[in-house]
Amino acid sequence: MFFRSLISAAVIAASATCAYAGDISGAGATFPFPIYAKWADSYKKETGAGLNYQSIGSGAGIKQIKAKTVTFGATDAPLKSKDLDEAGLEQFPMVMGGIVPVINLDGVKSDDVVIDGKTLADIFLGKITKWNDPALKALNPNVTLPDLAIAVVHRADGSGTTFNFTNYLAKVSPDWESKIGEAPSVEWPVGIGAKGNDGVANNVAGTKGAIGYVEYAYAKQNHLTYADMINKAGKTVAPTVEAFQAAAASADWTKAPGFYLILTDQAGEKAWPLTAATFILMYKKPADVAASNDALKFFEYAYDKGSDQAKALDYIPLPDSVVTLVKKAWAADIAQK
Amino acid sequence: MTATSMPVTMSKTAPMDRAQALGRLKFADSSFRVMTLGAALVVLALLVGVAVSLFIGAWPAFSHFGIGFLFSDSWSPPKERFGAAAAIYGTVVTAIIAMVIGVPVGMGIAVFLTELCPPTLRRPIGIAIELLAGIPSIIYGIWGVYYFKPFMQAYLQPFLISTLGAIPGVGALFAGPPLGYGIFTAGLVLAVMILPFVTAISRDVFETVPTVLKEAAYGVGATTFEVVGSIVIPYTRVGVIGGVMLALGRALGETMAVTFVIGNATHISTSILSQGTTISAMIANQFADADPGLFTSSLLALGFILFIITFLVLAAARFMLSRLEVKAGR
Repeated sequence: MFFRSLISAAVIAASATCAYAGDISGAGATFPFPIYAKWADSYKKETGAGLNYQSIGSGAGIKQIKAKTVTFGATDAPLKSKDLDEAGLEQFPMVMGGIVPVINLDGVKSDDVVIDGKTLADIFLGKITKWNDPALKALNPNVTLPDLAIAVVHRADGSGTTFNFTNYLAKVSPDWESKIGEAPSVEWPVGIGAKGNDGVANNVAGTKGAIGYVEYAYAKQNHLTYADMINKAGKTVAPTVEAFQAAAASADWTKAPGFYLILTDQAGEKAWPLTAATFILMYKKPADVAASNDALKFFEYAYDKGSDQAKALDYIPLPDSVVTLVKKAWAADIAQK
Repeated sequence: MTATSMPVTMSKTAPMDRAQALGRLKFADSSFRVMTLGAALVVLALLVGVAVSLFIGAWPAFSHFGIGFLFSDSWSPPKERFGAAAAIYGTVVTAIIAMVIGVPVGMGIAVFLTELCPPTLRRPIGIAIELLAGIPSIIYGIWGVYYFKPFMQAYLQPFLISTLGAIPGVGALFAGPPLGYGIFTAGLVLAVMILPFVTAISRDVFETVPTVLKEAAYGVGATTFEVVGSIVIPYTRVGVIGGVMLALGRALGETMAVTFVIGNATHISTSILSQGTTISAMIANQFADADPGLFTSSLLALGFILFIITFLVLAAARFMLSRLEVKAGR
C-alpha cells in the first residue's frame, strides 16, 4: 500500500540517519533482539563492523525486507517456501527459545503444576474457568488447587510468541484450530491483553489465579512460577535448555524447504512442546552483494562463537547439525559475488 | 556594514523614487500574505489528504464487509473476520465514563479557582492543573498499570461488584471478577487526563463573566452556589461546552494510557468492569504485525471511523467556541 510504504520508508530513513554508514542493517522480531545486540557488540569489538538492528516486530521485519530497505529481515513466524520463492528470499533459523506457561497461585512453586496441551487450550478458550476444575485436578493429584477463577493473560500486540503458542494449541486442540486458529494475533475468547512479554509477565505476577505465556528468559528473569507440560510422547517435561534442544534435535530439518519448521509439539521423549525458533530472511540475489556478505559473516560468527553468549541470555543455540545445513544452504542459494 | 559607511549608503538611497519604495513595501506585504495563506492551505490539504488516504486504505474492508463492519464485534486475523463494533463500543463507553467523572470535577475546580479560592492558592493550583495537561500520556499509562490498576483490583472493583453488582438489572454492568484491567479503569484514567482541559477552559470563560453581574447577584443576597448556578454557568454555557468537546476529543483518541489499562479484549462484554478495547488501542497493538490485505485495511477502516467521530466532535466544539466569541464581543 502506497502510504504504508511511505510511513515505513520514513521510519527507516529516520533510523538510518542515526547509524554509521557500512553497518549491517536488519529489522524485525523483538524476541531475539537482546541476543542480536549482544552478538553485535562482541562482533564489533572483534571486527569493527557494526550492526543496526531495528526490533520493530516480525510482521514489520518481513515488510522491510520485502521493501528492500534492510539487508536482512528477522521473523519468529517463518514464511512458507511458496512465499519465499515468490519474493526470492532465503530463510534460515538463527537461535531458539522456549515459551513457558506461567501461573500465579499461592503456595504453588515452579514444576508443581503439570498441564497438557488440551487443558491449556481449554483454559485459553474459556472452557475451564476455575483452578479446581476436574481436568486440572486429574493432572495434578498431589497439588491442592484452590477454588479460584483463572485469569487468562495473553499478548495484545501481534507477536511471534503468540504465533508459536497458538500454533501449538491448534495442533493439540481441534476446537482451537476451528474457532481461533494460529497467527501473530488472534481473537482471544477470554482474558486480559497485555503488551509485550514483559507486560504479560507483569500481569501474571500481579494477578492471583493468573495464567499466561512468556518467553523462557522472561519467566526466569522475573522469577515467575512456571508449569510443566506433557509433551507429544506423553512424558512430563520441565522447561530446560535440554528440553528445548531436544525439540530442535528431534525435528527433521532436511525435509523442510526454506527451513520452514515450527518446533512446537515435536515428537522427542524429552522435547519441550512449546519450543520456537526465530528466523532470518535475506535475498538470494541481493542488490548489494557486499552488504549481504557482511551480514552472512556476522551470522557465521554468531553460529560459531555466539553459543555461550546465547545461553547466558537464556536463548538456545541451534544444534550443530542444523548449523551445518544452514551453511550449506547459504553456499547453494545466496549469490556471494 | 561599518558605522562610517552608513551615511554613504543612506545618501545613495535617499533620492530613490517614492513610488518605487511603496511598491517594494506592497510586494513584501502581498508575498507575506501569500506565504501565510499557503501555510494555512497546507493544513487543509493535510486534513483532506489524511481523510482521503485513510478512506482509500479502508475501502477493501468497507466493500468486503459492508455496513456489517460497524456492527460485528468479531476480530479474528487468522480467520479474516473483522468488525469494528467492539472497538467503537470501547471508545465511546470509556469516553462517556471519562466525561461523566472528569467534567463535573474539572468544572468544580474552575469554579473554586475563579470564585472561592484565596488569591495565594490560585496560582499554585492553576499551575498544577496546567502541568497535569503537560504530562505525556505514556506516563499516565505506567501510573495506571503500576498504581491505579492494583488499587482498582484490591478496593474499588470488589466494592462495586458487591454493592452495585448485586442490584438486578444494573448489576450486569458491574459483574465479573475484579481483574483491575477494564473499560471502567480506562475511563477513570481518561477522566484524570481530560481534567486539565475542562478546568483550564472553564476557568478562562468563567473569568469573562462581568464582575458587575456577579456583584449584582451577591447584592440581592444570592449565595455563591446560586451565583455560579444562575449567573456564571448560564453566561458561559457555550464556552464550557466547547471545552468539554475538546476534552471529549482527547478522550476519544487517547491511545497509550488506554492500551495499558483496558485489557485489550476484542469483544463486547455487558460489564464495564470487564476488559475491552478502543479504536486507537487496537491500531497501536496490531498495526506493526498486520498482514497487508484485509487485516491492514480493517485497521485503516477503524482509523477512518475514529477520524470521522473526532472530526464531528471537534467541528461541534469549534462551532460553539465561535459562538462564544461572538457573544463575548457583543
